Amino acid sequence: MAEPAALIETNSAISGLAVSLRGVTKVYDSGVAALGPLDLDVAKGEFVSLLGPSGCGKSTALRLIAGLSAPTSGTVGVSRRDGAARAGHAVGFVFQEPTLMPWTSVRDNVRLPLKLAHAGSEETHARVDAALTQVGLAEFADAYPRELSGGMKMRVSLARALVTDPDILLMDEPFAALDEITRFRLNNDLLALWRNLRKTVIFVTHSVFESVYLSQRVLVMTSRPGRLAAEIRIDAAEPRGEEFRTSADYAAYCRMVSNALAPSYSGQSGS
Amino acid sequence: MSGLQTPPTSDAQAMPESGGLRLVRILLPVVVLAAGIALWEFVVRVNNIPPYVLPGPGAVFKTLISDWPVLSQSLLTTLLTTLEGFVAAAIGGIALALLFNQSKWLEYSLFPYAVILQVTPVIAIAPLLLIYLPQQTAVIVCAWIVGFFPVLSNTTLGLNSVDRNLAGLFQLYGASRLQTLAYLKLPSALPFILGGLRIAGGLSLIGAVVAEIAAGSAGAGSGLAYRIAESGYRLNIPRMFAALLLLSAAGIVIYGLLALTSHLVLRRWHESALGKEN
Repeated sequence: MAEPAALIETNSAISGLAVSLRGVTKVYDSGVAALGPLDLDVAKGEFVSLLGPSGCGKSTALRLIAGLSAPTSGTVGVSRRDGAARAGHAVGFVFQEPTLMPWTSVRDNVRLPLKLAHAGSEETHARVDAALTQVGLAEFADAYPRELSGGMKMRVSLARALVTDPDILLMDEPFAALDEITRFRLNNDLLALWRNLRKTVIFVTHSVFESVYLSQRVLVMTSRPGRLAAEIRIDAAEPRGEEFRTSADYAAYCRMVSNALAPSYSGQSGS
Repeated sequence: MSGLQTPPTSDAQAMPESGGLRLVRILLPVVVLAAGIALWEFVVRVNNIPPYVLPGPGAVFKTLISDWPVLSQSLLTTLLTTLEGFVAAAIGGIALALLFNQSKWLEYSLFPYAVILQVTPVIAIAPLLLIYLPQQTAVIVCAWIVGFFPVLSNTTLGLNSVDRNLAGLFQLYGASRLQTLAYLKLPSALPFILGGLRIAGGLSLIGAVVAEIAAGSAGAGSGLAYRIAESGYRLNIPRMFAALLLLSAAGIVIYGLLALTSHLVLRRWHESALGKEN
């Protein structure tokens, strides 16, 4: 894959934006228009969800922001922090699957981004331990991925994304494959991490309930090609917890988001 | 029909492998072997078959012991050839697969010839090699020719089977080609490489034997296959059987060692090496 053709590295001091997409489209080699044109601004420290049906291009948008693929047209702007000397990386990515290397321990999996950046070993050790502590897996550092449950693997994946201390966390339906109770716990843990670390989070999901629970802003997308259909701000009292999940406000927001999402599904038959 | 029914399962599926069953699994082949040997001895004795037609197992065993100095020397020669051919096949197969993986041009240019080398029967190539190469080299080249292809094709398969998301992750963190190869592609390919090596081990032995037979009396070689050919000419049938026995044993040991290596390397993470209960 080539480097993104139009990746603009904005100076974070000038604008308060972490991510800025302008007129971004993505057309695959097969001729399928997957995305756009899409305009999207995400402020620093914001928690934004991209919500839409399968195949609406939300994952594509995330991959464009991460620089994993290049836009067909338009510009993708991602703020880079000023102190580039740190052995870090501006963007952390959590995939739908845990995407762990099965041949090595949890510790080595989390260490990978630092190893690829040739970070010093003493500093690396401390940061890996810190990241594992953040996700509550400090005791499992020497376990192998196959010895962990699905939720724990996802935590390892999260720790790996956090270990470089990124400004922006991109999450591509990370909890979709987990059972509900595990997902709720991880939702709460993610919110706690976000409150403490104040990272910018862009969270892709197809769950209305998850998007409303987690985010400050829900962006509803339509499919083929993926465009923004609606934007709903979730103004709930912080910190959110289990009482928010059962509140009338939460139900009202969920209804609002569901209604906004309905047109995205009306065009499709039986899927 | 109402309610749920337990689907019928065979006994082997239904019952976890108990200690008794495992004992039976080991014991049965041994019993079959003993019965076969006994029958062989019985047929030879009852029919009074002379040893130069069919020696009984007792005669074979006696020859194995009495001819041990000669046979062990030959075994060592064949094993050394096999080992050299195997190492060459392993290095050649893996190196070629790595080159192919780095350059599509190289792969397109050379892969068809690797296939041709593989599908041409080695027994037909061996006499030619013996003309152009010194005998010892020719024998090793034969072992290499039959051994390298499974390593090459398995390693290629493994290098191309990298998890797409993991590859994306490496790209995201700006991994260099060398880092991607060392930390991602090679470990991903390891189970495939080990599978290829397991096949190559047995094939190297076959290659060595084929070349020794082709060299026949022409060479000064003294491998086990050469002993078999030589004993054939001299109607020393018991020694032929003894040498054959040693070849089989060598093949079994080679396979066992490679399977064990594979198991030890993969046991912590790969499905193939995990216990059934997980």
